[in-house]
Order: sequence, then structure tokens, then C-alpha cells
Amino acid sequence: MKYSLASLFAGLLFGFGLIVSGMANPEKVLGFLDLAGLWDPSLAFVMGGAILVGLVAFTFAKKRTLSFLGFNMKLPGNTHIDKRLVIGSLMFGIGWGIAGFCPGPGLVALGAGEIKAVVFVGSMVAGMMIYEMIERSRASSTN
Amino acid sequence: MIDIAWSQFTPGTALAGGVLIGLAAASFLLLNGRIAGISGILGGLLTPTKFDIIWRVAFLAGIIGAPALWMLVGELPPIEINAGYPALIIAGLLVGIGTRYGSGCTSGHGVCGLSRLSLRSLAATLLFMGAGFATVFIARHLIGA
Repeated sequence: MKYSLASLFAGLLFGFGLIVSGMANPEKVLGFLDLAGLWDPSLAFVMGGAILVGLVAFTFAKKRTLSFLGFNMKLPGNTHIDKRLVIGSLMFGIGWGIAGFCPGPGLVALGAGEIKAVVFVGSMVAGMMIYEMIERSRASSTN
Repeated sequence: MIDIAWSQFTPGTALAGGVLIGLAAASFLLLNGRIAGISGILGGLLTPTKFDIIWRVAFLAGIIGAPALWMLVGELPPIEINAGYPALIIAGLLVGIGTRYGSGCTSGHGVCGLSRLSLRSLAATLLFMGAGFATVFIARHLIGA
């Protein structure tokens, strides 16, 4: 219960941050990704502001084994830069550049009732399902 | 070299929104001990465990519900989606598969990963940003020119 309430709170705050920053607007994101056109550096300031707060939080969190609510800290342990990371990130970046949507802003625009965001998020979830299917068939073929 | 779009550049709200996003990631980390990676939270719903479902749905409900709550107080900033439906479908599929295969997106690798000084996340962020820059260059200046 506490865990889910904290999740709801964090999700809401994240959504507000995306709205305030202007990043829920794909055209603004594409303005950042368009280096050769008229460049809008706003996205770099969003990342900067978020990382500034994040640096403090993670420095603090790394010293703890339990969260404030008493749950185990689950920080990623994988430090390996492998083929999956490279190919996956490149695919994501191409998709991001095509429409100007990454997952968070897609969900905010969906919540704002944008039909095009419904199509984007639907396709994104379909993509995640395709990933799961590929993983499952790979796992069963190696077993 | 680079022409800045001064009329579109919004450093103040960008920084303020960024701080809010940082606070969201920080509260999720310090309260629940987890990385606020949106693609991972959403993708994990496809292979759910009993304990998992509720908090994942709660987080996503927060993000999706944010604009509705916002509209109780004020007007939403514009959301301009110029991509056509075929482009949105291709983009969605690539973002869905890519973020799961690469274990993260702008939030998990970009915000949280860089905040915890992870080289793996730095590599991911440079790669997806580079791919984003290249894609927009091709779409707007080579094909669209």
C-alpha cells in the first residue's frame, strides 16, 4: 500500500515535471534534436535540472540498504556495455527522432487525450510485447 | 555554426520542470528504493508478478493522470504532434522494442543513470541521443529538404 502510494506520487510528480518543462510536446523535443535547423536547447536544461537533483539523491541512496519506507534498495548492478545496450539504444533513438516521443511524454500526451498519442503508446506497448515474445522464443530454443 | 531558436528556448520552465522530474526520481528512489525508469515500469507489466502489478499501475496512473489534474487548475501547454499515423506506429514499435532491449529510456538511462554516474547509462544516452540527432537530420534536411 505504502509502496503503491509512493509510486503514484512519484508518477504524478514526474508527469507534472514533463508538463512544466514542455517535454510533453514532441515538437519541442524535435526542436532539440534538430541541430542543423533552429536549435532549441531546452531539453538539455531539463536533463540538467533533473540530474542536479538526482546526483544528490543517488549519492545519498548509495549509502543505504533500505529505503525510507523500509524497502530493499534495488539499484542496477549491470555495468557491461554490451550489444543489447547498443542496438536497443540506437533503435530507441531512431524511434524518438521519428515522432519526438519517448515513453514518459507519450504517456502524458495520452493522458491529455491526444488520439495520436494513443496510437504511439499502443504501438510502443506492441513493441514491448514483440520484445517479450522474441525473448521467450530465444529462451526456449536455448533450453 | 548552430543557430539557437531564441523564440522557442524556455530555460526557466525547462530547468523548473527538470527539477520536478529529478524530485520524482529522487522520491521514488528514496521511498521505494527503485529506479524511476518509465519503459521498465511499463514493460514489467507484461510479465507481472503479484506484488508488481499494483505499484506499476499506480506509477503509470500518476503520469497519465497528471494532465487531467493539471487542467483542474490551469491550461495545459500545447502538445503538437506533427508525425503522421504510419510514422507514429513505426516510432512506437522502435521505442518499445529498443527501450526493452537496451534496458532503459530517457528516464532510466538519461536521468537516473547519469545521476548515479553509470558509464553504461552514459553510453546508452549518447547512443540514443546520437541516433535521435541523426534521424531528425535525415528526416528534416535530407528527405524533407
